[in-house]
Amino acid sequence: MTSLINRLCRGLILSTLLAFYNTAFAAAMDMRPGVTDISQRILQIHHYSLAICVVMGVLVFGTMFYSMYAHRRSKHPKPADFHESMLAEIVWTAVPFLILIGLAIPATSALREIEDNSNADLTVLITSSQWKWHYQYLDADFGYYSNMSTPTEQINNLETKSKNYILEVDNALVLPTSKKVRFLTTSDDVIHSWWVPDFAVKQDAIPGYINEAWTRIEVPGLFRGQCAELCGKDHAYMPIEVEVLPEEEFDQWILDQLLAIELASGQAVADRAKTWTLAELMDIGQTVFIDNCATCHEADGSGQGSTYPALAGGEIPTGDMSTHIERVMDGAVDTEMQAWAPQLSDLELASVITYERNAFGNDLGDIVQPLTIFESR
Amino acid sequence: MAVTADHAIPNRSPLIAFLSRWLLTTNHKEIGTLYLWLSFTLFFIAGAMAMVIRLELFQPGIQFAEPLFYNQMVTMHGLIMVFGVVMPGFVGLANWLLPMMIGAPDMALPRLNNFSFWILPFAFTLLISSLFMEGGAPNFGWTFYAPLSTTYGPPSTDFFILGVHLMGISSVLGAINIIVTIFNLRVEGMTLMKMPLFVWTWLITAFLLVMVMPVLAGAVTMMLTDRHFGTSFFSAVGGGDPVLFQHVFWFFGHPEVYILILPGFGIASQIIPTFARKKLFGYHSMVYATVSIAILSFLVWGHHMFTTGMPLAAELFVMYATMLIAVPTGVKVFNWVATMWRGSMTFETPMLFAIGFVILFTIGGFSGLMLALVPADFQYHDTFFVVAHFHYVLYPGAIFGIMSAVYYWLPKWTGNMYDERLGKLHFWTAIVAVNMTFFPMHFLGLAGMPRRIVDYSLQFADFNMVASIGAGMLGLTQVLFLYIVIKTIRGGDKATSRVWESAEGLEWTIPSPAPLHTFSAPPQFPIPEEAYQHD
Ligand code: HEM
Ligand SMILES: [Cu+2]
Repeated sequence: MTSLINRLCRGLILSTLLAFYNTAFAAAMDMRPGVTDISQRILQIHHYSLAICVVMGVLVFGTMFYSMYAHRRSKHPKPADFHESMLAEIVWTAVPFLILIGLAIPATSALREIEDNSNADLTVLITSSQWKWHYQYLDADFGYYSNMSTPTEQINNLETKSKNYILEVDNALVLPTSKKVRFLTTSDDVIHSWWVPDFAVKQDAIPGYINEAWTRIEVPGLFRGQCAELCGKDHAYMPIEVEVLPEEEFDQWILDQLLAIELASGQAVADRAKTWTLAELMDIGQTVFIDNCATCHEADGSGQGSTYPALAGGEIPTGDMSTHIERVMDGAVDTEMQAWAPQLSDLELASVITYERNAFGNDLGDIVQPLTIFESR
Repeated sequence: MAVTADHAIPNRSPLIAFLSRWLLTTNHKEIGTLYLWLSFTLFFIAGAMAMVIRLELFQPGIQFAEPLFYNQMVTMHGLIMVFGVVMPGFVGLANWLLPMMIGAPDMALPRLNNFSFWILPFAFTLLISSLFMEGGAPNFGWTFYAPLSTTYGPPSTDFFILGVHLMGISSVLGAINIIVTIFNLRVEGMTLMKMPLFVWTWLITAFLLVMVMPVLAGAVTMMLTDRHFGTSFFSAVGGGDPVLFQHVFWFFGHPEVYILILPGFGIASQIIPTFARKKLFGYHSMVYATVSIAILSFLVWGHHMFTTGMPLAAELFVMYATMLIAVPTGVKVFNWVATMWRGSMTFETPMLFAIGFVILFTIGGFSGLMLALVPADFQYHDTFFVVAHFHYVLYPGAIFGIMSAVYYWLPKWTGNMYDERLGKLHFWTAIVAVNMTFFPMHFLGLAGMPRRIVDYSLQFADFNMVASIGAGMLGLTQVLFLYIVIKTIRGGDKATSRVWESAEGLEWTIPSPAPLHTFSAPPQFPIPEEAYQHD
């Protein structure tokens, strides 16, 4: 009777533990299967090697624990005195060696396939810089930046965190299903690493190098990843979002983008023609500043020590206008202050510089027009 | 420990006498003590940094550490633990034990020994002072990849470079001293193949040190000239190559990880036979396995670089070579198990730590094997799975190794037995906490959490919280360790000269505490049984 109760109790405890695991933890304990043939093969290799390790572990640790139990002094007072066996040494050298060969075979064949970057249907050049990605569609000849879109209020615990906290971006990379997509990765500053677990693609983006990787995604959907190489302050805030569309929708998306680019260049001409008021520029400038500049210089322009100079009362934002324009457009060499000219439009640059000269108590009253920016390009 | 007459300088204040004793000492035991206390002090400093890291990772969002400061904590924690805790800890043990184990009166080069030690406090003061400089401490990870550390490094990077140079000089000089001592001062009759395993593993470690520390020095020197003298070794803009940095670093770095573990192998091989009351199984194969691990460790640096765009052939070569290391590593584990088999075991604290070492190090070895499989490494690399791997080999590996050694030889050093009940308490709390801290990191990495991030997405919250609670416990258990050590130094049951009933080796033939000068006359070897009996 007591043993039955014992068994019941044990069963109960075990099943609560299991349930706990399943609800609280199961979501994130194992490698994700992903959505490509390669990611699933890698999962198999992972499970296979894990299983071998577990079996070996059970055997070795089991023997140890048995020995600790059976050969403790109180039970086994007189130690044996063997201490060498050629046969044993040969066996436990050879058997692991054979097991390793068994592991190396599937790993080798998967690796050969992963490294075969030939015959791609589509190529995307991924250029990293602190702390964003740029995607260039080489076949359609256009590209854009992709920035994290999680607001700083969520990071600083002032707002509740959204479901995809720090994994969401303004412009996702868009890819088609069922096509072999080749990625070329490189970097404008330090080393970053482009990683989307569901594709099992992790490729370093290294300045001066162009690395290759590829994927073929079978199902449409949204997939997320992160930068996987320490790249400075905001390494944690450099997410990747990939939207995978069925083929026809993807083709349509490309056409839409090309059209949008044409419209934008028309818009740029119109922006240049117009003379903007201080209020208009300040308004746009604030948004541009928060999205691009505030992570280092802080929203109130106070900067961070000597690493990220303060703009409030700063030498350049309150000094000569052309030096200021130059610094924002070309950046400062070898620092995290990057060149913004290729990243922002004339209007955005004009308004953010105007903003810096008038916000944070700088109050110079200066106005920079998009035309001035256009002419200094 | 007693101050002997030859150190007391007449007509000086006690403070000056104390300072000049410790500053000028050339005695291997005193220098060993200095090394161990330095290591212990830095253990708490780097440990406090780990607490900052785990506190910040307790929940998603930014709570305590701004991103740049977080990166400084990660960097300094890693650097100090590797160069300031594990390496000096092992060198301290070497200083105390090698001469006593080989029957030598002291290290072969005592003044060099003093110099090797006294470089270190300055090196670490330089390094730690960078925390208080404009722009903060180094923030690029202990692996300091270029160009993040060169072009983009904070001004304090130069202090870091100087600090690494100093540590390197200290390590190389220390290693030379160890090699010279082992080759020249062994008691007559102790051939190489009769040396205790701790001596063997340290001999091999010393060779690794002499070979790779200069490579590290080369890497930081190239950094220095890149930063200030217009060279472009690692800068693509000037025609250099950022990946070259990684090759140079890991050519040092992989042998380095074996520098951090081989003496631990030696310690386990001393302790397990004592408490199993049975000779070490497979002495010869243990030596050969250690040598093969050391040689192979020079061929596998590429396994840290699979995602840098290595060619297929290189990936395959490195993968096979890395997997091959698992074979001699396995041999060592099997030999330890075979030593225990049909022994007559008791489980005093050193034995508990040694067993914890074997089991948890092996778990780290398993994840190492998984990491070697290149396709899978594409998923594991630079995630918390790697963090879990190297903490399993380093915390319950290297650190537990040092702790079991301290419990095992502390009675010899101080003449007092440590408090066995507290020692066991320390072990059991540490083993629970270490697993609670580091095991969930496997899950985090597999689920996709990158390493070295200050903030993480919501699906990683549960395991991070578990790991942080474990880390807090782990920190507390080490305060207990400090207490136990101090308590033992101040008093306790008197230790016999053999201390453990079936301990073998020359160090157990001298009285406890070991007098400042031992083996002025060479002892007898092989050791006659009655040599153990003089108290
Ligand atoms: C069976 C033996 C071992 C194998 C097969 C192995 C394999 C590996 C591999 C493949 C990596 C690279 C993972 C990645 O970054 O993607 C790695 C990382 C690492 N291993 Fe091991 N390892 C072994 C034992 C050890 C030992 C004994 C130590 C130290 C005591 C160690 C310390 C480290 C460290 C510190 C790293 C990470 C370095 C970093 O990126 O910061 N490993 N190991
Ligand atoms: Cu390695």
